[in-house]
Amino acid sequence: MYVAVKGGEAAIANAHQLLADRRRGARSIPALTVAQIGEQLGLAVDRVMAEASLYDRALAALSIKQARGDMIEAIFLLRAYRTTLPRFGYSDPVDTGAMEIERRISATYKDLPGGQLLGPTFDYTHRLLDPSLLEDAAVAAPVRRECGGEAVGRVSDILGDEGLIEPDSREPLDKVPGDITREPMDFPLSRDERLQALARGDEGFLLALAYSTQRGYARTHPFAGEIRIGLVEVEIELPELGFSVSLGEIRVTECQSVNQFKGSATEPPQFTRGYGLVFGQSERKAMAMALVDRALRAEEFGEDIVAPAQDEEFVIAHSDNVQATGFVEHLKLPHYVDFQAELDLVRRMRAEQQDPSTASREAAE
Amino acid sequence: MNQKQAAPAAPVTDRARRMSLLARATRQELAACLEAGPKMADVHPVRGPQTGLVMIRGRIGGGGNAFNLGEATVTRASIRLASGVIGHGQRLGTDQEATRLSAILDALAEEGDEAGLCRTLLQAIERRLAEEAGQRDAETQATRVDFFTLVRGDD
Amino acid sequence: MQTDAQIFSGAFTSPVLSSQSVFRALMDGMARPGRVFSLVHDASAPAPACPSHAALALTLADADTSVWLSPALAGSAFARWLSFQTGASIVSDRMVAMFAFVSRKDALSDWNGFSLGSDTYPDRSATLVVEVEALSGGIPLIAEGPGIDGAVSLSPIGLPADFLRERALNRSLYPRGIDLVLVCGSDCLCLPRTTRLMLEEV
Repeated sequence: MYVAVKGGEAAIANAHQLLADRRRGARSIPALTVAQIGEQLGLAVDRVMAEASLYDRALAALSIKQARGDMIEAIFLLRAYRTTLPRFGYSDPVDTGAMEIERRISATYKDLPGGQLLGPTFDYTHRLLDPSLLEDAAVAAPVRRECGGEAVGRVSDILGDEGLIEPDSREPLDKVPGDITREPMDFPLSRDERLQALARGDEGFLLALAYSTQRGYARTHPFAGEIRIGLVEVEIELPELGFSVSLGEIRVTECQSVNQFKGSATEPPQFTRGYGLVFGQSERKAMAMALVDRALRAEEFGEDIVAPAQDEEFVIAHSDNVQATGFVEHLKLPHYVDFQAELDLVRRMRAEQQDPSTASREAAE
Repeated sequence: MNQKQAAPAAPVTDRARRMSLLARATRQELAACLEAGPKMADVHPVRGPQTGLVMIRGRIGGGGNAFNLGEATVTRASIRLASGVIGHGQRLGTDQEATRLSAILDALAEEGDEAGLCRTLLQAIERRLAEEAGQRDAETQATRVDFFTLVRGDD
Repeated sequence: MQTDAQIFSGAFTSPVLSSQSVFRALMDGMARPGRVFSLVHDASAPAPACPSHAALALTLADADTSVWLSPALAGSAFARWLSFQTGASIVSDRMVAMFAFVSRKDALSDWNGFSLGSDTYPDRSATLVVEVEALSGGIPLIAEGPGIDGAVSLSPIGLPADFLRERALNRSLYPRGIDLVLVCGSDCLCLPRTTRLMLEEV
């Protein structure tokens, strides 16, 4: 039996009005501006941009406000918005080697060209709550050192010069990458498709997977070869002009993990690599991405696939938090008829268990 | 295809540099510059301003083959002046008015920019960008670790 | 400069409404194969492209579509017009083209090489927009199949010599196969892969 039911319009309208009220909170407190979110909750904005896979600071800040700070809801809003816009084209690949550096560290070399630049980091803070932030206390301007810093070289080049590390990638440089937003995913994926999926993957999920590899579920012996945060220029070729022009700059975080590799039948012992690149300042996500990227290359290196972090389909199919929340939360939708069927089934099984004669009688019918 | 369409090398570089700087100009900078010049009655829209997406690509390992990192909002505009000269503007984000103004300035420069409006603006933008970048760099350099050895264990 | 002016003009005055109405007309045309219909629009593209080429290109092509052009179109300002107006990439390899635009100056004698789609993704086949001399007045043909109540007659002028054999071969590949839009001026006639074509018995 199928029963169509209607109703709830008034309840839904009132629920939305209530949501708007609760989002605003006490009217005695000044309303939060989108500019305040952009300036003072910048890392939340970065996370929403990265996982929504859409770089737009103003819209990401708006989505955080609209979502009352629920990050996955904000990501969902921004993803939904992007589907309303036409695609103009693809940028030239950004050159992270020419990044205007805001932070750069290496855990593998103490002294390296360009030095260790800490930038605006939480590292070395004592993680003690700061009561001065309860008030709008004056904040000192940052210290400056006018020295014209030297060029910031890549750690991978240092090892590359010795031939002790694999190259950036093994595919031709002009290979046209797959686009998971245009073609349905077909496992196994190429590494470029995997990286696209990981770049928009849920930070918490990737962090847990990366942690699992460190705890022994697919050891990859990683070092943080280099982490850099800063601004890169985005250029696009305009067919009407026949040359590339700049659209402006975006902030990205890049992590290159360096992983010990004892060699295989075809490869000598060397270091292998994992790569992470994420919109905004998002060091934890970039590191997790690099570790998971390396774990997912198990087959390429002839390693045994024994752990979840090495299972491409498991990792990629579950890394998108908009998809995940959609499927988990769809359970809130009415399942009245499905449930009625299950209820009947359980009642019958219970009856059979308590009175076996019912079962044999039914079977005989 | 591109070689065929590209104008001689020097003007391409000039125009690419100009358009790149205009993409970084604030709406205020653009509006103030155009207000200083002759009235622009005849600006015909050719395309846009319209906001859409550009898929930003990165390279695996920083220098390997490309992958699609994620999209960015981009606004573009093309306009035609009374002389028939076409100007293009493009920038990250959703500011349609700024993009339209930068297309007008691009067209004025293509026309020859006799009043020198565009040249002055570009110099001002370049100066501002250099100052901002210099300040950021100085702030970053102040966080550089200067290692020094305390005691050598083998002495 | 003359060429450039052509490239930067000719788009729909009202891009959203026009592309919606042209799309609707094309969809109805595909649903009723063999029937001649007109596209109402104000688009124009550089010669030798016809008004239907212009309207269908603006409606169907965008930065995600790859378009193949017949030699007369590929060598004209239409190629750059299409690229500027739609962002579509113009390809020389037929197999990667989602759409192909053919001028009547190029008698398409060889239909091979366009994507037929796959059994899993039959929607990935190419759609050909082929200009003919006229959509009526030629040798009478009969069309049958889905979307046609019984049979409908049509008589385009300027079809390639082995047109009927090509379409029969194409139909035998179902669900794969190429869809066809014949155009002349602003008039069109759709022949999707499901339509059977034969000579009208006299």
